[in-house]
Amino acid sequence: MIFGAILAGGTGTRMNIVDMPKQYLPLGGGKPVIIHTLEKFLLCSRIDMIYIGAHPDWVSYTQAQLERYVPSQIERIKVIEGGVDRTGTIINIIEAIEADHGSSPDHYIITHDAVRPFVSLRIIQDNIDAVLEYKACDTVIPATDTIVVSTDGQVISDIPQRRFMYQGQTPQSFQLDLLKGLYASMSQEERAILTDACKICHIRDIPVHLVTGDVVNLKLTTLGDYKVSQAMIESGASD
Amino acid sequence: MINLVYQLIEPRAFSIKFEDIDVAGKVLVRPRCMAICHADQRYYQGRRDPAVLKRKLPMALIHECCGEVLADPTGTFKPGDRVALIPNVPPKGDLGEFYENYVKGARFLSSGHDGFMREIVAIEPRQLVPFSKVPFEVAAITEFISVAVHAVTRMTKVAHSTRDSFGVWGDGSLGYVVCAVLREFFPKARICVFGHHPEKMALFSFVDEAYDSDQIPADLRVDHAFECTGGNGCASALDTIVTHCNPQATVMLMGVSETPVPIRTRDVMEKGMTLIGCSRSGREDFQQAIAFLEHRVFQQRIRRIIHVDAPVRSIGDIIRVFATDTRTPFKTVFKWEM
Repeated sequence: MIFGAILAGGTGTRMNIVDMPKQYLPLGGGKPVIIHTLEKFLLCSRIDMIYIGAHPDWVSYTQAQLERYVPSQIERIKVIEGGVDRTGTIINIIEAIEADHGSSPDHYIITHDAVRPFVSLRIIQDNIDAVLEYKACDTVIPATDTIVVSTDGQVISDIPQRRFMYQGQTPQSFQLDLLKGLYASMSQEERAILTDACKICHIRDIPVHLVTGDVVNLKLTTLGDYKVSQAMIESGASD
Repeated sequence: MINLVYQLIEPRAFSIKFEDIDVAGKVLVRPRCMAICHADQRYYQGRRDPAVLKRKLPMALIHECCGEVLADPTGTFKPGDRVALIPNVPPKGDLGEFYENYVKGARFLSSGHDGFMREIVAIEPRQLVPFSKVPFEVAAITEFISVAVHAVTRMTKVAHSTRDSFGVWGDGSLGYVVCAVLREFFPKARICVFGHHPEKMALFSFVDEAYDSDQIPADLRVDHAFECTGGNGCASALDTIVTHCNPQATVMLMGVSETPVPIRTRDVMEKGMTLIGCSRSGREDFQQAIAFLEHRVFQQRIRRIIHVDAPVRSIGDIIRVFATDTRTPFKTVFKWEM
């Protein structure tokens, strides 16, 4: 089976909007960001079930949003409590999937940030194709800015060649057994440092295939991102 | 839901518009294959009046498209159903004796309204015609075939009942599909095609006679004619049509000309001819086009004029297919994977 995993555990402290995590802010015609993101996944018939890892304080709120905006699809979606960090949220989703559907080498998970509502069907389809073939893939776009490395925050320690640099987006997709095994092998120290699932694959010598992302697959991290996103969208247009 | 719309903002330049689409009463369709029409190419290359371009752009191009239903809150279709998309949006209600493609208040997607170059098309069920036995790359040109169906159907409603011979002026894609549709409607009629390109006319294997437009036998006559040249060819085509039609012939005008075209009215009057302007199509024409396409022989004939280019996965690919289209003799079709 193929599972979507929408990561919505964040509380939005970088937005300066204290009362509401950014994935719940209204976008476009008024639907919350997370619903826009979810709707793209729901349109992908190859995805059997979608798990949403929400902050424990927001699980019931998320469930209420689903009942309001996607009532006909509620059977395909399950909201669970996220963990204390990104890794914890993914682990909780893996456990929930296995509790509901058992373990199988044919389970795959497409993890995606709730705050990337501009993800396209093409990117999701390409992730599914890649993960079925390679077991692990990451969505990236070529870096346009020069990347400057500084280990002490004072002086440059390196400027890598830009043509080898990419910016990571999501989805990141994995064979479920592979990801579960990697998490089980992590020490507490590793877990504190390794917040990116693809990096865990990399340091364990598991090849991670690249999927071409899109510059418009923005992550709404700051209030500025949110305002730019609002300005990008025209509401209500259709035929 | 946030939808991505790929708009032409000025000739040869595309940009992405994001729209939060309202899906109430709409079917969500993922475009799978598209075809380029001369009208799209004219917008793309900027070969329209600058005032028209200023008024109509930005706009998503493409009105020849088929796709797959992703979801349908209206319950008309199932996810996975294959559908041809109708770009003409007539006003609702009884249109009386008027065709939906000419009636006042009709909109046309890709002329003043966004065409089908979008990630997802949210569209009313009445604008979709389902099919099952037609490959996507052939179904992509359903709209184009429906235009020929409309012209032939309309001719049959207007013209006198002698339909032993037809002349089709133009050896391009439009001439080809008009000949193919005529052959379906009138299996025993004598169909003559007139053109300037022997290499193109060689493909018209199912017509009875093919002539170089400059060397038409003086005594050749047809009962009715279809003008499918367009552009600069319109004037000379109409000139020879008037010469080679029998009295009281009906002439369907289908080629688009951007400049005035002279007509020998003395001879038109003397022969009592009827000239009918004909463009676009409606739902019934789409249904008939799909019915024809589901016949193996017709489908094979149509396939012969389709060049399937590499899939479109980026804006650079959109520019590529428009360039390819200038080099292909007939129809350019491509998979849409944006």
